Amino acid sequence: MTSLLRVWPPIALGVLGLVLWELVVRLAGVPAFLLPAPSAIGAAIGQQFPVLLSTAGVTGANSLVGLVAGFLLGVVLALLAAWSRLLRELTTPVVLAASAVPIVALAPVFTTMFGSTTELPRRLVVTIVVLVPVFVSTARGLRQVAPVHDELMTALAASPWQRARFVRLPGAVPHIMTGLRLAAPAAVIAAVVAEYFGGLQNGLGSRVSSAAANTAYARAWAFVAASIVLGLLFHLAGLLAERLVSRGRT
Amino acid sequence: MTGGAGTTAVRLSGLDKAFGPVEALSGIDLEVAGGEFVSLIGPSGCGKSTLLRVVADLEKPTAGTVEVGGKTAERARLDQDYGIAFQQAGLLEWRTVAENVELPLQVHGVARAERRKRAGELLELVGLADFAGSRPGQLSGGMQQRVAIARALAPSPKLLLMDEPFGALDEMTRERMQAELLRIIGETGAAVLFVTHSIPEAAVLSDRVVVMSARPGRITDVIDGCRPRGGAALAGQGVDGAEVVADEVDDVRESTAFFASITAVREALRKGHG
Amino acid sequence: MGGRWRTASMAVAAFVLLVLAWELAKLVLPADGVSLGGTRVLPRTDDAAMPHVWTVIAQLGRPEVAVPGARPVGLAVAAAALFTLGLALGGLLLGAVLGAVLALVMLRFALVERATLPYVVASQTVPLIAIAPLVVGWGGRIAIGGWVWQPWASVMVISSYLAFFPVAVGMLRGLSSPAKADVELFHAMAASWWTTLRRLRLPASVPHLLPALRLAAAAAVVGAIVAEISTGTRGGIGRLIIEYAQSATGDPSRMYAAILGAAVLGLVAAGAVGLLDVGLRRYRGSVR
Repeated sequence: MTSLLRVWPPIALGVLGLVLWELVVRLAGVPAFLLPAPSAIGAAIGQQFPVLLSTAGVTGANSLVGLVAGFLLGVVLALLAAWSRLLRELTTPVVLAASAVPIVALAPVFTTMFGSTTELPRRLVVTIVVLVPVFVSTARGLRQVAPVHDELMTALAASPWQRARFVRLPGAVPHIMTGLRLAAPAAVIAAVVAEYFGGLQNGLGSRVSSAAANTAYARAWAFVAASIVLGLLFHLAGLLAERLVSRGRT
Repeated sequence: MTGGAGTTAVRLSGLDKAFGPVEALSGIDLEVAGGEFVSLIGPSGCGKSTLLRVVADLEKPTAGTVEVGGKTAERARLDQDYGIAFQQAGLLEWRTVAENVELPLQVHGVARAERRKRAGELLELVGLADFAGSRPGQLSGGMQQRVAIARALAPSPKLLLMDEPFGALDEMTRERMQAELLRIIGETGAAVLFVTHSIPEAAVLSDRVVVMSARPGRITDVIDGCRPRGGAALAGQGVDGAEVVADEVDDVRESTAFFASITAVREALRKGHG
Repeated sequence: MGGRWRTASMAVAAFVLLVLAWELAKLVLPADGVSLGGTRVLPRTDDAAMPHVWTVIAQLGRPEVAVPGARPVGLAVAAAALFTLGLALGGLLLGAVLGAVLALVMLRFALVERATLPYVVASQTVPLIAIAPLVVGWGGRIAIGGWVWQPWASVMVISSYLAFFPVAVGMLRGLSSPAKADVELFHAMAASWWTTLRRLRLPASVPHLLPALRLAAAAAVVGAIVAEISTGTRGGIGRLIIEYAQSATGDPSRMYAAILGAAVLGLVAAGAVGLLDVGLRRYRGSVR
């Protein structure tokens, strides 16, 4: 009952929104360049389905490769930063600056460096975009050791490595997973947007802009819808991973 | 049986500890005999926790000597000659109860099978054998504190250092834990250095109650407590030690000696204050 | 104070090291990169792909076009960055106001919260920026009350769109952060909904709002830059990056100069939020 109560308002709003959208577009004669009707977008999705799948596959693969690489790099860097004060003081300002800087603008740099015929530039952009939140939340998790655990390890005459293995790392796991959950949808966004900056044109982002440039607005919206589904998939996968790992903890 | 009378568990002489300009401890001389239960009591800021932490080698003294079982405090810590329990249980919530008890042994490279066996014995001792596979979060505060005590006992220390271990528990649980602690150390024979805020707790548990005063932290009085010892003698003779000790502790709480101890500690505290 | 000096000098050292690593890569790695099975795994390091750091800096002083009296590249980059900064800050302001209003409405009407919150949360996780090329189409084709839609307005709309969501979520979290006991205290004092809002919920929302604004500022900058690229809006830094990257005659180091400008722009926007942070310091509780 309670779950039903929680679920119906958003579903009702979604259905209402779609109906209203359709009606407004039809009755008010909204031009397609402003907003095509949902029915038109739906039809475009039906027509383009195989292309949608293959382009979503390209973008999804880029997002996934970048996500995995950025996650591993972020965790390893945060571990190194926790281990050495020098490394911490060197990496922290760079990562903080990276979090404020539009990283997607690096896409043309990687394209000139690695060439425009490879997937690598987009994957590198995703890697850096993912690295930032993973590093920040992992570093936070590694810093947050309960004082009582710290004292306990001193009293037990534990080595630095034992401290890391028994207290720091397991204590940081929930934070690491939070970083992964935040980074997963960001990976898709970066993979889509990086295509606007040139390079290979075989993913969702370039399809949206080429369809828009050809005034095929319903088709463009179909690719937007595919990007949204892909983003949600990554979000849900991140959420699931976080839940699975934090299960059994309090 | 690892403890023993006739030996000295802790010897402090001429101990000073300063934090910058603040004199936390001044001229502390104290001996704890093997198997003895000594409580430290005093107002906030009298340095009783600092004193315990110096013995545990979590703080270095500014002057004076610390001997733990005839060794330096650092040597004793490295050799795991003491077990320690804090006010917070401080269990690692991602490990099971048994794995928490095994932690000190794991840190010191004891083989898995032996660790398992020892943890089983200890959980039996603190009455939590059924919870070996549980997570700390599923346990009540009192149960968590018993796990922490089992963990402190894991390396079979001759000395147990306890910093207000029952401070966060409600009064009923606290009284039950006191009886429990007396039974456990009766069975293991360990000496105990015990920091507390509670006068009745100090009186019922201790062989001696060390009264301290603040600014600078120093020892003003040492008063005899009324720790019951009969149950320990019965332990291991097929008698239910828990029952016996619980009855004994109840008797102590109603005895005139207990009230005399409390009065003496209270007066010593007031004197130290004035 | 010594700690602050150390932090600052280490930050400088970190960026110097990055520059050194760049130059070292140029020095050590082969000019055409290293390819494994047809895929280049190490970058090209010739002057066209990875110009020397000093070339990029010198580029800032060169004239943009080979005409006497042409403005230097540095000035062009600065002007473009300032233009984009204006659009991003405008978008941030617009988005923050809308986000705050939505948060208040969600707070006041639980049904609105239950109906819209899933969408607001989900929208943070999907690439909504993908619609940027579509908003382009609005330029010059819509007129609102005689005012013809300008491309820069599309940029600001996209930018505010991205800034809106973090603010709405952070603000709602902040407004509902006061402890139950505090809310009950106000209730016991018979305080009105507005008084509770002004005296309790708004001050309590500050610690949650500031990180949200920081996220929103970064999102607004990315949004503005991406929107400029897809809308073809001239005058902004995003467009400048593409122009410099695609001009075959131009020196490749120009593109790096423009990207440098974009990075500085992001830092300035973050700094602007940082100033707000300082101004609201007294409301920053223990919550982080």
